[in-house]
Amino acid sequence: MSMLVDALTSALRTDVIFDKVQYPSSVICCTVPQEKFSEAAKVLKMAYALLAAEWASDETLFGRGFSVFACYRWGKEYLIVRAELSADNPEFPTLTKRYLPAYRFERQIQSLMGIKPEGHPDMRPWIKFEDWPQDVFPLRKTFDASKPMLRVKGEYQWARADGEGVYEIPVGPVHAGIIEPGHFRFQAVGEMVVNLEERLGYVHKGIEKKFESLSWNEGVRLAGRVSGDTTVAHSIAYSIAVESMTGCILSERAHWLRALFLERERLANHLGDIGAICNDAAFAFMLYQLSRLRELLLRTNHKLFGHRFIMDRVVPGGVTVDLDDQGKKDILSELDIVSRDFEKLIVIYDETPSLEDRVIDTGILKPKRARELCVVGIVARASGMNLDCRLFNPFPPYDQHDRLELAVPVKVTGDVNARVWIRIEEIRESIRLIRYILENIPGGPISTDMRMPEPDSAGFSAVEGWRGEIIYWLQAGPKGEINRCMVRDPSSVNWLGLERAITGNIVPDFPLCNKSFNQSYSGHDL
Amino acid sequence: MIRILRQIFRTGIVTEPLPASAEDEIKLVGTKLEETIRKRFSRSLTIRQVDAGSCNGCELEIHAINNAYYNCERFGIHFTASPRFADMLLVTGPVTHNMEIALRRTYNATPPPKLVVAVGDCGCNGGIFGESYASLGGIDKVIPVNIVIPGCPPTPIALLNGILKAVS
Ligand code: SF4
Repeated sequence: MSMLVDALTSALRTDVIFDKVQYPSSVICCTVPQEKFSEAAKVLKMAYALLAAEWASDETLFGRGFSVFACYRWGKEYLIVRAELSADNPEFPTLTKRYLPAYRFERQIQSLMGIKPEGHPDMRPWIKFEDWPQDVFPLRKTFDASKPMLRVKGEYQWARADGEGVYEIPVGPVHAGIIEPGHFRFQAVGEMVVNLEERLGYVHKGIEKKFESLSWNEGVRLAGRVSGDTTVAHSIAYSIAVESMTGCILSERAHWLRALFLERERLANHLGDIGAICNDAAFAFMLYQLSRLRELLLRTNHKLFGHRFIMDRVVPGGVTVDLDDQGKKDILSELDIVSRDFEKLIVIYDETPSLEDRVIDTGILKPKRARELCVVGIVARASGMNLDCRLFNPFPPYDQHDRLELAVPVKVTGDVNARVWIRIEEIRESIRLIRYILENIPGGPISTDMRMPEPDSAGFSAVEGWRGEIIYWLQAGPKGEINRCMVRDPSSVNWLGLERAITGNIVPDFPLCNKSFNQSYSGHDL
Repeated sequence: MIRILRQIFRTGIVTEPLPASAEDEIKLVGTKLEETIRKRFSRSLTIRQVDAGSCNGCELEIHAINNAYYNCERFGIHFTASPRFADMLLVTGPVTHNMEIALRRTYNATPPPKLVVAVGDCGCNGGIFGESYASLGGIDKVIPVNIVIPGCPPTPIALLNGILKAVS
């Protein structure tokens, strides 16, 4: 039996009821009484679990009230703890005393689902702006999403810092570069940042609600547009969750092709990121060189798969494009150029003192902090946390460890430089993986037929995109339609890490720190 | 330093070794663009990009027209940080409820005459996000639009073509 389940059952005993409708079977879901929701968190925290996600679902269509869910991760295990809440007065005990990321998860639950986290210290809305009507809860079934919303009067309450010489710098939502919108408010003394408060939600497009009006097959197109730079990983995560609910077994080839797309996405984004980070440290040379390599990859993608970002090529049941021998050759010769030039550039990165001066010891997220914040992906690995779903919760084909071996880099300094080096090493690893995939990819069909999920069943998936772990949780309604689709982009947790990492740095280093995190606004705001 | 120089010289100008068809296309669009920009904007077209709610896919391709292959600066196109200097707004995404006011403000801060180009399927009509409580749909729902560039996301060539269309 699993460690987390053991810990929970020995503490709460008969209060724990196991759910039979959660797929895949490796992910266990259990229901606890509402008042024990936070106690369960306490027990699991003592068992070293991290909080991966927290969300709510409106289950009134089943004749029940609401449910709140918390997903915990420890090593290879995921455990979902659920509590049923009443329909008229839904509330649950907050987890913020045990887990920091619950701060934003619960503000979001309160804002969009209208469920009160009892005892939460900060009840300001999140994503929902002050000019939304108070009683609008878009994720509730009674809400009509098709109509535009009215605007009301209201003002966001910012955190304040007082004292001699403290001043405030508001930035955004429209930023100076070609990037997504968000608002940052710095409190600074001289050049030093005392506090940074993020305010996000500008690109909230109602994605989770939109899923509920789509069919299972249409949903994957939307998943591919949650965050355009992570289109492959999001569509894989969505597809795996659906497939787990329907018992659909994919051909080996489809799995390997997905892995190929996923690694190419990682490669292209990491190359672009390293260039952009150096550019923010006034070293534009790297940006131009690395975006040249990135462009090569995108062109090959376009030629072989018909889309520069390989959007819409992963669907439930498999993939829609195959790879022939000529395609393999194209990729191999492209990789030769990319890896040769990349290695030369890394020597330059490593040996340029002016760059070193900017990136080393800047924007430190200490390992202890990183753990408290339960961050994921590159940010976590640069701060000493050994996490990677490809290794610890392997989805196929990464579960074939004997064949698709994977080295996961971990650094402990937690600064900009560490986040760059994680990317450098992952690029090398992805190049190696792609070469291996091309050599060993099994034959067979690329897609399989899929039946539709059973009513009231739920599917879960965790996929390592280039930013980090992406979680999908899907629930089928009474007629077998999508009742709820919860998307947890890595950015939903990592944004908190940036707030902590910038404190004590100088204001001009903010763009650099921000780039080294490079979180998605769209994936966070949904 | 020696390494940097060596890498720069070894790389050369990558605009040259493009596949023939793409190269022709870029040249074709580029020459026309350059001409029009020279005539109408005294050699420099300044663009302010605004993300009004996109998924970030469109932004990546707008970045790409700045890379060494497309190198849009050579045609006189450059991006500015402030709408006050802009001749053109390049707007992506369905306009979200939460970005509507910021988009209007940016539009009002841009001095006339101003061109507005809506980028991507979302910018044209809201794309997959459509119209809902959170998304108002295409850019033209909020500010007047001169030209649309469809695609999800539009390729860099399509973007250059669209900009050309807007300035001609
Ligand atoms: S058009 Fe496509 S790439 Fe552009 S914002 Fe919309 S979904 Fe994203």
